[in-house]
Amino acid sequence: MDYNLNHLKELEAESIYVIREVAAEFQNPAILFSGGKDSILLTHLARKAFFPAKIPFPLVHIDTGHNFEETITFRDELVEEIGARLIVGSVQDAINAGRSTEEKGINASRNGLQTLTLLETIEANKIDAAMGGARRDEEKARAKERFFSHRDEFGQWDPKNQRPELWNIFNARKGFGEHFRVFPISNWTELDVWQYIHMEGIKLPNLYFSHKRSVFLRDDVWYAETEFMERKDSEVLVDKIVRFRTIGDATCTGATLSEAGTLEEIIQEVASSRVTERGGRSDDKRSETAMEDRKKAGYF
Amino acid sequence: MEDTFDSAEYLNMELMRFTTAGSVDDGKSTLIGRLLYDSKSIYEDQYEAIRKTSEQKGEEYVNLALLTDGLRAEREQGITIDVAYRYFSTPRRKFIIADTPGHIQYTRNMVTGASSANLALILVDARHGVAEQTRRHAIIASLLQIPHVVICVNKMDLVNFDKKVFEDIENDFRKFASKLDVKDVRFIPISALMGDNVVDRSTKTPWYEGPTLLYLLETVHIASDSNHIDCRFPVQYVIRPQSSEYHDYRGYAGRIAGGVFKKGDKVMALPSGFTTRIKSIDTYDGSLNEAFAPMSVTITLEDEIDISRGDMIVRENNLPTSGQDLEVMVCWLTDKPLQLGGKYAIKHTTRNARCVIKEVKYKLNINTLHRNEEDSSIGLNDIARISIRTTTPLFYDSYRRNRNTGSLIIIDEATNVTVGAAMII
Ligand SMILES: Nc1nc2c(ncn2[C@@H]2O[C@H](COP(=O)(O)OP(=O)(O)OP(=O)(O)O)[C@@H](O)[C@H]2O)c(=O)[nH]1
Ligand SMILES: [Mg+2]
Repeated sequence: MDYNLNHLKELEAESIYVIREVAAEFQNPAILFSGGKDSILLTHLARKAFFPAKIPFPLVHIDTGHNFEETITFRDELVEEIGARLIVGSVQDAINAGRSTEEKGINASRNGLQTLTLLETIEANKIDAAMGGARRDEEKARAKERFFSHRDEFGQWDPKNQRPELWNIFNARKGFGEHFRVFPISNWTELDVWQYIHMEGIKLPNLYFSHKRSVFLRDDVWYAETEFMERKDSEVLVDKIVRFRTIGDATCTGATLSEAGTLEEIIQEVASSRVTERGGRSDDKRSETAMEDRKKAGYF
Repeated sequence: MEDTFDSAEYLNMELMRFTTAGSVDDGKSTLIGRLLYDSKSIYEDQYEAIRKTSEQKGEEYVNLALLTDGLRAEREQGITIDVAYRYFSTPRRKFIIADTPGHIQYTRNMVTGASSANLALILVDARHGVAEQTRRHAIIASLLQIPHVVICVNKMDLVNFDKKVFEDIENDFRKFASKLDVKDVRFIPISALMGDNVVDRSTKTPWYEGPTLLYLLETVHIASDSNHIDCRFPVQYVIRPQSSEYHDYRGYAGRIAGGVFKKGDKVMALPSGFTTRIKSIDTYDGSLNEAFAPMSVTITLEDEIDISRGDMIVRENNLPTSGQDLEVMVCWLTDKPLQLGGKYAIKHTTRNARCVIKEVKYKLNINTLHRNEEDSSIGLNDIARISIRTTTPLFYDSYRRNRNTGSLIIIDEATNVTVGAAMII
């Protein structure tokens, strides 16, 4: 017998170790659950980490109110199945209460408002470690993030002054009012995630598989027709066969023209793709360092 | 790109972690960009973005360093500040790259990136040769016991691909490295900017007969980094399901830090010293007959004994050292000097404790490797041998024997910042 793990099993072992470390070191951790494949994977790994017990912390969903219906249905079914507690932080509530102000105009998005609601939810629930499904291969600012990422009392990230993170020994100490963001699947690539989902038979929302949908083109990105997005006159609706490569808020997540209807087909498609998965995310296109700027302010 | 992607092959890949090192501006980030670009691991939108940025800045070439220098401040200053992690794979291996900064001010980030690497690429600017920072990084790589070191003599285009320049640097480094604990050192003449000997063999170095960098990365033997001899299981978390089905279940969750554990094995729990047998090794996917480092599993025992986080399950006939007085090599990572007699928090495996700094044995001179026993002032980026006393016993091995049970971090209790990386002797 040679004692070797293949790379996916090694990544799995690393992630489970990180999740358990969070449960052990913090009073009040939570998983930030977006309904996308990465947070579904993270939740799956958390189940593995504590089996046969249930996941000993809640899932937190920051709800922009601009969701695909499938995401919410999927979320509720998953929470039911695993017997987890769900906390919803609502951007709509914050707007109604006057704490947040909606962006105006054709490119309006609630992406920025998510940060405020996220920080409010963390504070209101005294969450001291918020685990997210962000991966370093997604984006150049994310490539810089530690597993245990310290946030000051304003929820801010200081990328120029991160703590050293040595071996796999995580320093979880913090001052009053500060918290951590923890990224257990930091080292997974998009292809790793898909391979693993396939290998493990993890359920995903149908949005990820090709389907017919009414869409329109804006800045070279196909957007789904939803009640939340205004269209210019020139932006006409057409039916296309599409799927989503990432799922976020419906107003900033573009669809990919794709016939891939099974996990095997998706894996083939991802492996041969020449553009990044966030290529269809308008929230990243606002400026060259859009992600870094949002993360500094406390974004996921 | 190939037409079909082979899933079976993908599931069979080894994982290799490597880090860059070397002095500021020696071309580390450019090299990683070149490696990614020439191995076709860069997406079109990523390339387009850096092409535009380079054009706007009026640069002559597309600046491949921008692929890893992702922070605003890094792009403005043209230097790396913090580690960037990048990923790529070839049919044989999946690589996790840590591109680290060369600037002395950010040595702590270099240590962060290097601490988990199987291999270090140390870059040297062919025009300047081995610099102090090259030596510092080589010492750190050797202290961290990175098994393989590749010296990339870079910017060969600026010295007309001169064989003599390459050989002089090789000799110079070998002389220095003979005093270090690195077993496998290799040398490659490259131009990160032009791509010579990175992925494709250069036509300008006919005198060089060795492999290209990518070929080396794919084939160097990474005998599993894990120790499969000494059984060490630091308990991370105790699992007690509150359900009728698992009413009496008590499982010890953790990641195996060394050795192979088998169902039925006679084991001892530390610090209590009680012995019992392994009843089961559980995972979500079913129980296992055996498990080995670095797997994450849950162990249940035949007898009810008191075990909590920070304890360690081991084999009775192969015990770790246990004690409160430790000698360590430390890399000091903060401006505030080490306080002799000062108290710090520490974390070792899953155990949190405190320690007092008893003595500075010596400070290492980075240039000469001389051990200065007179100098006990340990400041930012210094490397020293010190002795500490901990508040509770630790169960440990020497770092050379086991990276997991031989390493610990030192934390400033006032700021909560990690200030020292310590390797147990
Ligand atoms: N002529 C030539 N220039 C190079 C080569 N490699 C890198 N450079 C240039 O050297 C400069 C520094 O390169 P970087 O890749 O940023 O250096 P670095 O080692 O990552 O620097 P730090 O991360 O800040 O330590 C840039 O202007 C590169 O274009 C090379 O092979 N030949
Ligand atoms: Mg660099």
